[in-house]
Amino acid sequence: MAVVKVDTLSRSVAEGPSLMTGSIPRRDWQDMPVQFKPGNYAYPTKSEILAYLDSQPGISLPNARDWSPEDDDWKLPEDWKETIINGLAERLDKFRSLKIFMDCCVRCGACADKCHFFLGTGDPKNMPVMRAELLRSIYRQEFTLAGKLLGKMAGGRKMTTGVLKEWFMYAYQCTECRRCSVFCPYGIDTAEITMMLRELLHLVGCGINWAMEPVANSNRTGNHMGLTPQAYKGNVDFLCEDIEGLTGIKVNPTFNRKGAEVLFITPSADVFAEPGLFTCMGYLLLFEAIGLDYTWSTYASEGGNFGLFTSNEVMKKLNGKMYAEAKRLGVKWILGGECGHMWRVVHQYMDTMNGPADFLEVPKSPITGTVFDNAASTKMVHISEFTADLIKNNKIKFDKSRNAHVKATFHDSCNPARAMGLLDEPRYILDHVLDEWHEMPENTIREKTFCCGSGTALNTDEIMELRMRSGLPRANAVKHVFDKHAVNTLACVCAIDRATLTTLMDYWVPEVTVAGITELVGNALVVEGEKRQELDEGLRTLVF
Amino acid sequence: MKYTFPLAAVIALVLIAWIGSQIPGMQYLFGVALPYLAMALFVGGFCYRVIQWAKSPVPFRIPTTCGQGYSLPWIKRDKLEAPNNTSEVVARMFLEIFLFRSLWRNTKSEALSGPKITYESSRWLWLFSIIFHYSFLIIVLRHMRMFLEPVPFLVSALEYGDGIMQIGAPVMYMTDAAIILGLLLLFGRRLVNRQVRYISLANDYFPLYLIFSIALTGILMRFFLRDGIDVVAIKTLAVGLVTFQPTISGDIGSIFYIHLFLVCCLLAYFPFSKLMHLGGVFLSPTRNMANNSRMRRHINPWNDPKIKPHSYAGYEDDFRADMIEQGIPVEKELPTKADD
Repeated sequence: MAVVKVDTLSRSVAEGPSLMTGSIPRRDWQDMPVQFKPGNYAYPTKSEILAYLDSQPGISLPNARDWSPEDDDWKLPEDWKETIINGLAERLDKFRSLKIFMDCCVRCGACADKCHFFLGTGDPKNMPVMRAELLRSIYRQEFTLAGKLLGKMAGGRKMTTGVLKEWFMYAYQCTECRRCSVFCPYGIDTAEITMMLRELLHLVGCGINWAMEPVANSNRTGNHMGLTPQAYKGNVDFLCEDIEGLTGIKVNPTFNRKGAEVLFITPSADVFAEPGLFTCMGYLLLFEAIGLDYTWSTYASEGGNFGLFTSNEVMKKLNGKMYAEAKRLGVKWILGGECGHMWRVVHQYMDTMNGPADFLEVPKSPITGTVFDNAASTKMVHISEFTADLIKNNKIKFDKSRNAHVKATFHDSCNPARAMGLLDEPRYILDHVLDEWHEMPENTIREKTFCCGSGTALNTDEIMELRMRSGLPRANAVKHVFDKHAVNTLACVCAIDRATLTTLMDYWVPEVTVAGITELVGNALVVEGEKRQELDEGLRTLVF
Repeated sequence: MKYTFPLAAVIALVLIAWIGSQIPGMQYLFGVALPYLAMALFVGGFCYRVIQWAKSPVPFRIPTTCGQGYSLPWIKRDKLEAPNNTSEVVARMFLEIFLFRSLWRNTKSEALSGPKITYESSRWLWLFSIIFHYSFLIIVLRHMRMFLEPVPFLVSALEYGDGIMQIGAPVMYMTDAAIILGLLLLFGRRLVNRQVRYISLANDYFPLYLIFSIALTGILMRFFLRDGIDVVAIKTLAVGLVTFQPTISGDIGSIFYIHLFLVCCLLAYFPFSKLMHLGGVFLSPTRNMANNSRMRRHINPWNDPKIKPHSYAGYEDDFRADMIEQGIPVEKELPTKADD
């Protein structure tokens, strides 16, 4: 699908009639039904994918069928309404967050203009408060005294197919980035609301393929990309050849090796596609340089977890492989690569869901002796924590001039920033591998960082205009430092970012390329015995 | 309709109290029975809601971190914004509840041509909220003098401080002016801010109108409609109410009953409305949890042990031949081929 021209989109964002630019819709939001048309929705789950997932033990994803959001009839199961209401009741009993967030909102509007989807589209239903009201109105009607007595006057509304369609539209125009939650006086987190909406939609078989196909792949092959063991190993081997060609260093990674000290898990995108590949080369080179006793796994070959974007059951099932593999291989602890949502799962969910990891040891860097007591229970360490510790203890040497071609800025990924508090480790690394890097404006970094606009499985091409709109706040901040400091690289610690920000930059700020932090580490790393060529573009340099 | 219906409702409530309290014998209903009923609804409803919330578990540890978390010892962490233990959480909650810290962060965004999106610090909402909530709190505390005999020193001190400007007679309280101002500002913001205007519901206007009417009737009673406001009689009633020996003595003016009835309505309405944010703010999992989920295992009471990953054995069965070919270690060797 051809994407709208950048000029047209620019004008539309700044001048088009929208709530962002100052025009208030005449009709109340309750009276504005959604309309699906090509480009404004992600394709629904293929029925064979959903059927496969539903057949898997421990999870239920029923109602596989062929349907299209554009059709009037979504072929919902007969008792869909009951299913939804019962599903909501069940979730109110399971999640205090949901109950509190349903009851406490005062509609102060502090969240309204904090959402990148709202800033880019001006669509009122993309204000976080409104996204929650889509669900809250049903909650009031069905579960509160006032709503039962007064209905619409108390802000209630009846559950209809129109409401369900609205949920499908707006649950997939939220990337669960939690920026709104930073500004909410009660900490209401729209990510929680969106998760619940998506879980409810799955009860009646409404999901998107870009989420569910990776889930299915990940379940069977171990990774989103569906890479078989030979393809996975083959890709890593290719990268090793490249590293040898560039630096003269021979890297010999091992796979599924029992007795290794550390299991390394990173998003499969890093071994599969540019520019993640270069980050992966960075990992390989770094581990070789310090002589880390580690192994890759083809079974647990995915750090990412699209279950987070599906349901807590699916998240748990996919995540279970990490500990299962660590236990089978008998490693001491797990090291995790650069990824945003993966780290939300590891930091906030993994131990609770699949722990206790009593078969592992508290992570201790074999190089520096540092004990990572911040991971004492989960036993999994972030690569930036690990690298920062190496640098602090002078265990690796850098030649910053090897990154002379890079003038960077740093993008905080939503999840490490707002669901983990990993902010200064990557910055510390940047300080040591680059001569020059610049922060984006204060309201767009750290806990106030903007999403790439395509997280939570929205990085699919059929909604490209939407992605370019929702990514605009991020791109706009990059443009600012590009204009001011001629920045040419957007550094990040997230695999989805590496894919989606590349598309976003190509559209809004084509002069800027995207790189993982560990790629920049690999560029500048001085390794004993190397025969490094003049690499104008670091690990990206093409050699023949 | 979302503006007028709640207004009509509040006017109706005023009329009910005004007319009702003039019917002989009804003073007991408005002065004694309804206050007890309202208080019972408030306390009972409030407790019910909090218990209902507390009954649902917090399955996952989901604080929103707004600063550097606990990491390597030499990385300076933000104890308030990414708390790591209970005392830091208490500090974070204190700032949130008493100083509205999250609202202090607020920005206002605009989409300018370019496009250029701007974020400007905007603390109006913070200011309006602080004005409103603190005046309300002080006014409620000041009213304790009605119910307590002798009047505690702190209440007298608060009252003295509130009237320290010494304007007029009887002395005008700063909070009386401030709460009216705060309410007008919050109401005005609901109308002027286009986003807030669009999201506002009747449920948002009703409490504003109601509290405004309460403040207004209170001020009228103190400064303008003093006929029939027998302070001794009112105090006797109030003390009687809290000691469960209520007596209505003397002739108390309608304005008092209107004021009291509106307060009763607010109390009764409170637990069933968004005003429960008073209780909810203490229980919000994104704010009241420590960011230590990798250090201490959080327990989910409904964690389902039956959900297991696709097994390694199943995986190897799928890919064994290829794994062996690639030299990847396997658990089970390939079955030896049967001879043809």
